[in-house]
Amino acid sequence: MTLTFRALMGATALSAVAMAAQAQDTTLTIATVNNGDMIRMQELAGAFTEETGIALEWVTLEENVLRQRVTQDIATNGGQFDVMTIGTYEAPIWGAQDWLVSLNDLPAEYDVDDLLPAIRNGLTVDGELYAAPFYGESSMVMYRTDLMEAAGLEMPDAPTWDFIKEAAAAMTDKENEVYGICLRGKAGWGENMAFLTAMSNSYGARWFDENWQPQFNTDAWKATLTDYLDLMNNYGPPGASSNGFNENLALFQQGKCGMWIDATVAASFVSNPTDSTVADQVGYALAPDNGLGPRGNWLWAWNLAVPAGSDDVDAAKQFIAWATSKDYTALVAENEGWANVPPGTRTSLYENQEYLDAAPFAQMTLESINAADPTQPTVDPVPYTGVQFVAIPEFQSIGTAVGQAFSAALAGQMSAEDALAQAQALTEREMKRAGYIQ
Amino acid sequence: MARAVTTQRKTINTVIAWIVGFLIFFPILWIFILSFHTEGDAIKHPFEVLTSRWTFESYATVQERSNYFRHFWNSVVISVGSTVIGLIIAVPSAWAMAFVPGRRTKDVLMWMLSTKMLPPVGVLLPIYLICQNLGLLDTRVALVFILMMINLPIIIWMLYTYFREIPGEILEAARMDGASLRNEVIYVLLPMAVPGIASTLLLNIILAWNEAFWTLTLTAAKAAPLTAFIASYSSPEGLFYAKLSAASIMAIAPILIMGWFSQKQLVRGLTFGAVK
Repeated sequence: MTLTFRALMGATALSAVAMAAQAQDTTLTIATVNNGDMIRMQELAGAFTEETGIALEWVTLEENVLRQRVTQDIATNGGQFDVMTIGTYEAPIWGAQDWLVSLNDLPAEYDVDDLLPAIRNGLTVDGELYAAPFYGESSMVMYRTDLMEAAGLEMPDAPTWDFIKEAAAAMTDKENEVYGICLRGKAGWGENMAFLTAMSNSYGARWFDENWQPQFNTDAWKATLTDYLDLMNNYGPPGASSNGFNENLALFQQGKCGMWIDATVAASFVSNPTDSTVADQVGYALAPDNGLGPRGNWLWAWNLAVPAGSDDVDAAKQFIAWATSKDYTALVAENEGWANVPPGTRTSLYENQEYLDAAPFAQMTLESINAADPTQPTVDPVPYTGVQFVAIPEFQSIGTAVGQAFSAALAGQMSAEDALAQAQALTEREMKRAGYIQ
Repeated sequence: MARAVTTQRKTINTVIAWIVGFLIFFPILWIFILSFHTEGDAIKHPFEVLTSRWTFESYATVQERSNYFRHFWNSVVISVGSTVIGLIIAVPSAWAMAFVPGRRTKDVLMWMLSTKMLPPVGVLLPIYLICQNLGLLDTRVALVFILMMINLPIIIWMLYTYFREIPGEILEAARMDGASLRNEVIYVLLPMAVPGIASTLLLNIILAWNEAFWTLTLTAAKAAPLTAFIASYSSPEGLFYAKLSAASIMAIAPILIMGWFSQKQLVRGLTFGAVK
């Protein structure tokens, strides 16, 4: 009897110890993308674990795989991840579905009002903030100052598309493999369509009118696609229909592009002398416009969010508050220098002289971000939010299908008119199927 | 009578074989070369890549950033586990079909093979939900079971082919001598089928090691094998060729070394019965 009693007591004590250990041993699983800022966060996250005792497990995936994995997990309430890295496209859609936990109760010292309004608005649905921005970006013109000078031109801070055409023609020297302009041509809603949708805004085009009728049959879209194809066919690199961010980055770094219009985050790559052969010959300007108001720049942010299926919501929020805080920015600056802090999320960063001194592209990045309005992206009113995308669940498939038609036009497989007609037909069909239009 | 082959013909065939072999091997060779360069050098013109400085920088970064050995151990458990369990199920099945075939044996074999024709994504959602409901997401158990099921038709087919080459009379003789069914399979059949079983084992370990759909879909942090380790080095914004190449070489090295040492056995097993 005594022995049995002792055994029972022992087992109870062991269980209690095990349960206590489990409570202390919180581990968060974080799904993220592989880019410089995210990798840096992984390296510095030891400070968070030290401070809070919360262990972190990282799942780093390629962007498209990540999107598929987190969508699958969140839609089935899988609960595999406690913190997810999501884009500006997913945040409002998933927030509206109640798939994400609201972050409205982050502590006061987080200073949510310091977030850049353009970025914060894109992550808010009905007054609820569903994701905290880790880094934000827009797009701008990066150009070779030496080639521009040799062409006898001077890049204005806010160029027009006419100037871009003129400069591209003047800088092109195909015999020496120097191409006036490099733009995205690879098919995909986040590839060529990100660029072309942003470009179309500056031409006054829009994806849908107020009644969700597709608008690819308008003159504005025709002008957009025709100018894009003319630029790329006459002054772009060969095989441009398979070029995305990385391919153009490689071309620019090797001195083969006169101008490149792409994500502001590229500025830190092209100006890095370790990898770029033209690091000290790069200038920056706002994305071009056509005098209609909107510029051809986009707005994007990678954000951290807590899925509704997480078992450790409080710990997850604690991590997000740490990773997107001003203190984290200071930690990165201390360890890696101000030029390497995650850009584009907080107003205070752009008031910091040390940062402005270390990042010559900082002011242009801020102006580009501020110039984008996701709620009024183009000239005419639209029923959707999003600058280079349409924040509806159907957009991923429609955007990619339209991107394939435009990429085929760039590859010379069809004319601009045929590509636009195809885009109009397939968008109409999908929008009817989804019930937006009759 | 054997056909006479001239020396010239032999030389041409040898050269063609070497060229084809080199072309097949070239992507791996190029990955190997890129892995020893910096990101900046890896995007240069191929000739410039060869002449630029070689460095272990990418390997050092990958080693520092990822827990290679955890991914490696997961790959070992998943590939070996799924293959061994598959063999345990497949040996009796193949024995039955090879030595006591019924009227529908061929149909059963074809039906099993037909399951390989289904695109995996077609059953993604049901399998994902089953794993989720059973609490098996991000576990090695789920992957061992699923990869075993995926490779089972191949294992059975391969073993069936090898067993068919073994004269049934030998097994009959063992039975006449009083061997039980268990002893007949273990002490008579299996020793004779060792080359076939070894090559089946090796080939299916390789298939399971390289499987990148289910291993990426059903794992997160704990059970992620080397395929997830490679995938983590692809980047949408920023150069990654050198690091991705280093990660790929680290992921394929164990299976490449295993294949290298066992190639004789593998070829012998795969061509078993091809030449009578």
